[in-house]
Amino acid sequence: MKQFEVLGTGCKKCTSTAESIERIAQEMGESVEVVKVTDPAKIMGYQVMSTPAVALDGRVVHSGSVPDRETVMRWLTASA
Amino acid sequence: MLAIFTQLADWLTYTLMGLSPETKLGTSIHFFIEDTTKILFLLVVMIYVIALMRASLNLERVRAYIQRKNRTVGYFFGSGFGAITPFCSCSSIPLFLGFTSAGIPLGITMAFLFTSPIINEVAVIMLWSLLGWKFTLAYIVIGMAVGMVGGMILDAIKGERWLKDFAARAYQKAAEQAHDSPHDVEVPEAPKLTFKDRHDFAKDELKEIVGRIWKWVLIGVGLGAALHGFVPDGWFAENLGSGQWWSVPAAVFAGLPLYSNATGVIPVMESLIVKGLPVGTTLAFCMSTVAASFPEFIMLKQVMTFRLLAIIFAILLANFMVVGWVINAIGPWLFAGS
Repeated sequence: MKQFEVLGTGCKKCTSTAESIERIAQEMGESVEVVKVTDPAKIMGYQVMSTPAVALDGRVVHSGSVPDRETVMRWLTASA
Repeated sequence: MLAIFTQLADWLTYTLMGLSPETKLGTSIHFFIEDTTKILFLLVVMIYVIALMRASLNLERVRAYIQRKNRTVGYFFGSGFGAITPFCSCSSIPLFLGFTSAGIPLGITMAFLFTSPIINEVAVIMLWSLLGWKFTLAYIVIGMAVGMVGGMILDAIKGERWLKDFAARAYQKAAEQAHDSPHDVEVPEAPKLTFKDRHDFAKDELKEIVGRIWKWVLIGVGLGAALHGFVPDGWFAENLGSGQWWSVPAAVFAGLPLYSNATGVIPVMESLIVKGLPVGTTLAFCMSTVAASFPEFIMLKQVMTFRLLAIIFAILLANFMVVGWVINAIGPWLFAGS
């Protein structure tokens, strides 16, 4: 199962990023785990400067905006 | 070219609605229509054009530029990039930590964060169209000065002592490394972008920014229009003239509980100035509303101790007051003939 972490200090865009990943995964019938990371120290650990950012299985794959639909689908279909 | 918006407002207000330019309601509505249409038009065009140009500017590159500068010019660059970098306030914590953990001094990081809400393309466009280039230039210089001076004071008193532990440790570590091998930071390559990439970026920016600020434009211009129509000319000059030194701190404190962005405040500023409020007092009020907002300070609590927050707050307020007094003193000379 793929594990997504949405990094962000709790703004609206971070919430919609997490929701969008969950929704698209459900549509595609993929089971995923989406965790929201709000701890600044952890976010610093990922060296991310613009949020919302997304880490897939511990690696940052996106930062600075709500990812669009195609991007999320690509993450979901990529082989782990 | 912009006269077309005056004509549009003339036609809508005086012909279509049949209001008289002699009435308070007529002037207010005319002002509201002229300014909202003009501002929204300029914003759409300019945000798109500016976004095209800065599509390749990302925070990683900005950080590397600043890291390579020595401290003296660092404040200038910190504040300057704060002005031009697209940046949402919800990113201030990760940005703060990203800068700090790269060994950039606290004062330079804060120069970035202080200037960021005060100066941005939206504020500049609105100021230019409402108050002219002289005033816009003065606003930019003052906004950057507030950020730079604030940052210098923070470093002078060694503000980094009062960071939260994990942030202080990250800064310490990076500063030591930088000491061993200074100035070897590579600026990451600008991403190669086609025109289509830039267009897509600019389109998203346009949607994002206009979606976020259109309400503020309407509220700000609405308030400005009400002031314009219903407050007699020179009312402020008679009641809150620049002669009274306390009008500046009063304006700073009045701006504190108001939480707005530059977009909402600038149309109000225009009306305040037209009605005779001294320019320095107006600027002090505007900056206090825009740059010293509690929600953002509460956010910074995650990386700073309360003591540091209080110090930063005090420095900002003091800066705004100095700006107000200085501009009130030199304003008549500075804006003569404008």
